[in-house]
Amino acid sequence: MSDVVYEPVIGLEIHVQLRTRTKMFCSCPLSFGEPPNTRTCPVCLGLPGTLPVPNAEAIHFGLMIGLALGSELAPRSIFHRKNYFYPDLPKGYQISQYDEPLCSGGRLGDVRIHRVHLEEDAAKLTHVGASGRIHGSDASVVDFNRGGTPLAEIVTEPDVRSAEQASDWLRLLRTTLRQLGVSDVNMEEGSLRCDANISVRPAGTSELGTKTELKNMNSFRFIERGIRAEVGRQEALLRAGEPVLQETLHFDPRTEAITSLRSKEEAHDYRYFPEPDLPPVRITEAMRGRARGAMPELPAAREARLASVLGLNVETARLLSWRAELGDFFEAALDAGAAMSPPVAAQSLANWVTELSARLDGEDPAESKVTPKALAALVGLVGARRLTQGAAKQVLDRLVAEGGDPEAIVEAESLGAVGGAEELAPIVRAALEAHPDVADKLRGGDMKPIGVIVGYVMKETRGRADGGEVTAIVRAELGQ
Amino acid sequence: MEVHDIIALSAAQAISAIDRGELDPAELFAAYRARAAEEDLGAFTWVAEHLPGDLHADGPLRGVPLAVKDLFCTEGIPSQSGSRILEGYLPPYTATCVTRLQEAGASLLGKTNQDEFAMGSSNENSAYGPVLNPWDRGRVPGGSSGGSAAAVAAGLAPWALGTDTGGSIRQPAALCGIVGLKPTYGSVSRYGMIAFASSLDQAGPLTRDVTDAALLYRHMVGTDPCDATAVGHPEEIRLPTAERLDGLRLGVPAELAAGEGLEPGVLAAFDQALETARGLGATVETCSLESAPHALSAYYVIAPAEASSNLARFDGVRYGLRVPADDLVSMYTRTRHDGFGAEVKRRILIGTYALSSGYYDAYYGRAQKVRTLIAREFASVFEGIDFVVTPTSPTVAFELGAKTADPLAMYLNDYFTVPMSLAGIPAISIPCGLADDLPVGLQLAGPAFSENRLLDAAHALEHAIGFDASRALAAGAPA
Repeated sequence: MSDVVYEPVIGLEIHVQLRTRTKMFCSCPLSFGEPPNTRTCPVCLGLPGTLPVPNAEAIHFGLMIGLALGSELAPRSIFHRKNYFYPDLPKGYQISQYDEPLCSGGRLGDVRIHRVHLEEDAAKLTHVGASGRIHGSDASVVDFNRGGTPLAEIVTEPDVRSAEQASDWLRLLRTTLRQLGVSDVNMEEGSLRCDANISVRPAGTSELGTKTELKNMNSFRFIERGIRAEVGRQEALLRAGEPVLQETLHFDPRTEAITSLRSKEEAHDYRYFPEPDLPPVRITEAMRGRARGAMPELPAAREARLASVLGLNVETARLLSWRAELGDFFEAALDAGAAMSPPVAAQSLANWVTELSARLDGEDPAESKVTPKALAALVGLVGARRLTQGAAKQVLDRLVAEGGDPEAIVEAESLGAVGGAEELAPIVRAALEAHPDVADKLRGGDMKPIGVIVGYVMKETRGRADGGEVTAIVRAELGQ
Repeated sequence: MEVHDIIALSAAQAISAIDRGELDPAELFAAYRARAAEEDLGAFTWVAEHLPGDLHADGPLRGVPLAVKDLFCTEGIPSQSGSRILEGYLPPYTATCVTRLQEAGASLLGKTNQDEFAMGSSNENSAYGPVLNPWDRGRVPGGSSGGSAAAVAAGLAPWALGTDTGGSIRQPAALCGIVGLKPTYGSVSRYGMIAFASSLDQAGPLTRDVTDAALLYRHMVGTDPCDATAVGHPEEIRLPTAERLDGLRLGVPAELAAGEGLEPGVLAAFDQALETARGLGATVETCSLESAPHALSAYYVIAPAEASSNLARFDGVRYGLRVPADDLVSMYTRTRHDGFGAEVKRRILIGTYALSSGYYDAYYGRAQKVRTLIAREFASVFEGIDFVVTPTSPTVAFELGAKTADPLAMYLNDYFTVPMSLAGIPAISIPCGLADDLPVGLQLAGPAFSENRLLDAAHALEHAIGFDASRALAAGAPA
């Protein structure tokens, strides 16, 4: 039994706060850290007599998300009430969608989409006291600023098979949503939140195991760690011959502890019914047209274009597409480089964007001191053999630190490429003299230690010489 | 003018008197204010101290005072919906239709008593005491807009706003001998009405006569950016002028005429009114609304279901009553235990059950199907006739306490009014005579948005019937 290999089966539920001008069902502006309870009105406070009015921009954004995920857009969509009592829910129900969601089906990357629906966010509860949870706290305070913020809930099919796949796919989703401009998609600030439905089964079988729901993990790292921990817990239970219980779980990223929030028996009966305060939303052809017209190029399409039209290799094309900020910087630099003579090569430029990104620690290059034009100019110098790879990296370091124009840096620092026998031959000779043992080996036909000589020359020229050319001169000096 | 003469005027007549310079809006207000402040029917829960400072006296309603059912939110003025859970609640905003009427020149005279959250047919479910019927103080005024109906009948207010979910304007209007109009669902904004059942609630006028009903309704209709279900009215509401009913085809539904508990006196007054209609040139025929006998059952699933959700917000967290307790669930439980009355609790329980997983299809789903059928049957009936006519209520005003122990007997009061509510169509109740010295109401119902024609027909009938309401008017307040 113990050598059974288990396979995780994971479905994700993602809540995306939409960046609309106003809340989902009232005209309050959205809140970005304003003092508590300053972005509220009778409607989002759920005062007696108030009524919801749906936000057309949120529906528009919902349709754009549906289009981006290849979903079917409903011709008619209705809101439901999801009833439960909690202090962060001022009406005693959340207006959500149930059996007629805005969008159904679809696919993003290797994961199928089940549905996309719209709903309103709850208010923010803060529990004062030791536990930080409502149970056992001394007091709880509610900030209704967030209450009523439009949310799109995206539900996937159970197509995810590992923690890594989950976080990779979420990154793709985040980029897609960012490209659409419908959300800030910031996990730390809660504008992108993820729950995971997790079960495991013996690899190769098709029956689904009992699933648990892991709530509200607020970073890619926690999602990976949370899923991994839960998959591990379920595997251990099964190996010990114990059942997995259907329950809702909380993952504590500090302790890695998984605790139960509620069991199946304690699950709410939400008593969904059609929201009588809202007539059905008719999705007209004009609304679909507006959504289509607002669609930017999405990561999958960009990846295909970068690979086929510009001839980038698949890995680079994917990196620049999935991390849209790198793609945008690359394309801006490519535009700038097109005017240069000769035009900079797309693949080299892409490689240098990768170089730049590695120096920025995840920061958006558009926020750095390096301009797309400067990077294009740098790549141009390398392409024209006026700068070696090594020297170019030094120039890039300077650009990252101080900004400026590559040509001027090369000039000021005398980093221009050194080449030709008359410049390099004396340095090669000095190197051979400095390392007589190596020289002997080379003369004897053992070329392995040639790196020592090349390294000497590179050091002397501060990386401005071309390695291949130096090797050729060494051979010439040795009469080979 | 003498107070006695002022009180005898309908709202439209008072406006004419003001326009002729015979009456001053302040004088009119003072006369009613004094009566409302002294009344002993339990009709008011709050009475204005003085004429509002921001009165739009040039507006078409010329400052004529208006009584408003408690469940309409009025900024800074108690709006408690007859419930202890909202005792002392002062809303920060005013309901759209009240604002509209104020802008048209109505002045807020007071808030009127009602069954708690509009749940009741006798006004005995109010946390603020019962309302007495000015025709006989031992009897109920009907409900849930009982305070509004009694106030208008007793000359404590020239007219009043009520709301109708399953008959809450029409039935008290009938029991108090006045006119009550339940408009087409969606023609008046619900924003600011403390909700009972959202898909059924509709505001409407309670008035001395049909002309006043048309005048008040005219200034209530309209779309509202705060209410997605408010579609307004396709026609401007006219003041009715008809005196004849020539060519008008009235239908008496066979299924309703055979209804349970119809008192002989009510039936006699109803038949007499049909005779009057024929005399005015109308034809009366029998029509069929096959599903109508199931309307009451469907209504008592749908309305409580919506109510169970609408009333969830009264949880003691943000406003209204809070009964402190050691933990959240106990606070919720105690607050709602102490804050809600028995009938409200009963309906919350029924509604919660009807929506529960596993029961939804059998109850709520099925009730919605009945509702759809009823709406279709009305539409088909209106292809052959102009209006459906029924008694408004199977009985005249009953004695206080007579039905409080028997909820089902109480629910039967809505037998004739609920089908129209489910169909969302307009219906008006006018007094058509007396039985045992108590008023009987006649209900006329028409297709959606047929208010102008409906008001015209009611106007012609009203004139021909010549109902005398002076006995209640005189009984309203200490002389």
